[in-house]
Amino acid sequence: MPLSTALPPAETGTAEPVRLLSPEGQLVHSALSEEYLPVIEALPDERLEDFHRQMVLMRRWDIEAGNLQRQGQLALWIPSHGQEAAQVGSAFAAKPQDHVFPAYREHVVGKIRGLDPVRIMAILRGIDHGGWDPRETGNFHIYVLVIGAQSLHATGYAMGIGLDGASGTGDPDRDEAVLVYFGDGATSQGDVNEAMIFAASYQTPQVFFLQNNHWAISVPVERQSRTPLYLRAAGFGIPTTQIDGNDVLASYAVTQSALDAARSGAGPRFIEALTYRMGAHTSSDDPTKYRENEELAYWGARDPITRMEAFLRGRGASESYFRALAVEAEEFAADIRTRTLALQPPPRERLFRHAYTDAHPLVDEQRAWLERYEAGYGDAAAPDTGAAPAEDGAGA
Amino acid sequence: MSDHGAATGTEVRVTGATETTVMTYAEAIRDALTTAMRRDERVFLMGEDVGRYGGAFGVTGDLVDRIGPDRVRDTTISELGIVGAGVGAAVTGMRPIVEIQFSDFTAQAMDQIANQAAKIHFMLGGAMQVPLVIRAPGGSGTGAAAQHSQSLEAWFAHVPGLKVLMPATADDAKGLLLSAIEDPNPVVVIEHKLLYKTPGQVRTGYATTPIGVASVRRRGADLTIVATGVEVSRSLEAAERLAADGIQATVVDPRTLKPLDSETIVREVISTGRVLLVQEAVKTLGFMSEVAAVIAESEAFVHLRAPVARLAGLDIPIPYAPQLERAAVPQVEDIVAAATRLVREW
Repeated sequence: MPLSTALPPAETGTAEPVRLLSPEGQLVHSALSEEYLPVIEALPDERLEDFHRQMVLMRRWDIEAGNLQRQGQLALWIPSHGQEAAQVGSAFAAKPQDHVFPAYREHVVGKIRGLDPVRIMAILRGIDHGGWDPRETGNFHIYVLVIGAQSLHATGYAMGIGLDGASGTGDPDRDEAVLVYFGDGATSQGDVNEAMIFAASYQTPQVFFLQNNHWAISVPVERQSRTPLYLRAAGFGIPTTQIDGNDVLASYAVTQSALDAARSGAGPRFIEALTYRMGAHTSSDDPTKYRENEELAYWGARDPITRMEAFLRGRGASESYFRALAVEAEEFAADIRTRTLALQPPPRERLFRHAYTDAHPLVDEQRAWLERYEAGYGDAAAPDTGAAPAEDGAGA
Repeated sequence: MSDHGAATGTEVRVTGATETTVMTYAEAIRDALTTAMRRDERVFLMGEDVGRYGGAFGVTGDLVDRIGPDRVRDTTISELGIVGAGVGAAVTGMRPIVEIQFSDFTAQAMDQIANQAAKIHFMLGGAMQVPLVIRAPGGSGTGAAAQHSQSLEAWFAHVPGLKVLMPATADDAKGLLLSAIEDPNPVVVIEHKLLYKTPGQVRTGYATTPIGVASVRRRGADLTIVATGVEVSRSLEAAERLAADGIQATVVDPRTLKPLDSETIVREVISTGRVLLVQEAVKTLGFMSEVAAVIAESEAFVHLRAPVARLAGLDIPIPYAPQLERAAVPQVEDIVAAATRLVREW
């Protein structure tokens, strides 16, 4: 009884995704884009340059961190090469009062919200779990790491906003919304589907931002879904849009529109950004095992930074802007490298500090046991478990 | 030493060939999967990245080329679906093996494991069986942090209807997996990430390790160490160091937590009068708490020359920092220290 593994052709949908900027860097005038182009045309040059600048800095960060990982200075690196436009555009669309729930690849979103990049490096150096306080990082919440779990947290938070009456007041400078990121792999997890059920049921003020980078480690999106993923949201009763995820302008304009709707009390929105993970899933992955060079070349020709650079040059951006940015990127990378290498292992006491929120007799007992036990070794015979530094180095 | 040790007191039933070859723990699992699939067409594997990618830890490797994609099936990231579909396949007569990429993510699948797989035979009055194998790597030491490093065997051992196996050697990784596939009950096999690259002598062909039979890995007169998973090899290394210091240790590997070979444990405790129980999992309400109770309730009680001692993981989540991670679970030197104290002070 052979089990069939052959897939029929996927339903890809006939409509084009929303695209404002062509791969060649030209503004696209189409029935789909007309609604959003005025938003872009109203933006000052500095803002458009900042879209480009943040993408360039992120890619330089990616290279530096990848090198540090290969040099044994990071336990792991999670690259975002290729996904910069989806992330940067949507991050700029969020207002300061909004709350952002990342998956684990949205480093540049954190940076734009005000998170020090070295806080992310501290996680991936393997010395910290990433316990920043979102109230101090532009409401950029933590990396929960388990696939899709953040979608429910975001929905719960958005339910709270609704119950607080902190959305739908009609004051766009005060109304809050939630922006939650996840990938195509997470759409197979119960969490994301249950999050959409709750969001629709409670009409939460939130935007689901799906980065479809086409691969869940080695499993292609064709294996994960036989329908375009943005149409899944329609099944839950959530208005949904598919965009060219390598177009930073589309990402910005469509996310802004969706967040505006969510803040106004119109309920949740869903965006599927079609993009591509140019690198590995993480530094532990080897994508040459499962994907073809042709696919890489196809997406390489649709690079988000190249097209934005062409757009800026077409608008007359000065050569000095690009030269200054190249210098800034090198300085940015050097600063990350220097401060990452200075991160020291956390003190031994960190083992016990946050097992519970307050004193716990079992933890206290084991802390005392470990102190007595290690004291018993003396200096010469201490087990090779790392000396606790005087300073708590993980907090960066 | 060989996997079953010169001093083995427990007879290991060997079915099929007795030739051995050296392979790693991961290769031994792949060998078991290949052997079982070639022998029985009802056997198939489902999991995340088990096909072309060869498994997150390289366990399946080229299995998809050996057996084909129909029976080495990549799934979406849906642990509940993976186990639930496995339950469905099992009750219809297949012999599914499902891989959960990290045992921590059995949490995503727990309803299908605890409420379905474990209960169906009982609730249907024996009308159906669930011959499902759930393979899942556990344990710390790979720098994978709090959500990817847990030792959760006690969760499963606490659910009636499930069998729980913890192979500590390459040969048992193969032999226990083959027994699990044969077993008509749902069986959880907890593998250890740190052991995957450990080589050992492995019996070739269809060579099973019986479920419910402990292995005495080493014999010594001064104390008995009972250890599971990665702590077995650590205990054996500790025993060598202790021997250099004049302390002779017996090391017992229960191999299967449920059913538990209490008889061998009790007998080996009686023979030395001292027992050190070593597990990587957190101490409180762990598997070794059960072993301690088994000893206390047995005739070994009157032979004890020292209180039963447990050496276990701290009751905290596994930290990411390698220096802290190492301190959170028993290492070789910790076993040496605890055993030395047990013998010197009692």
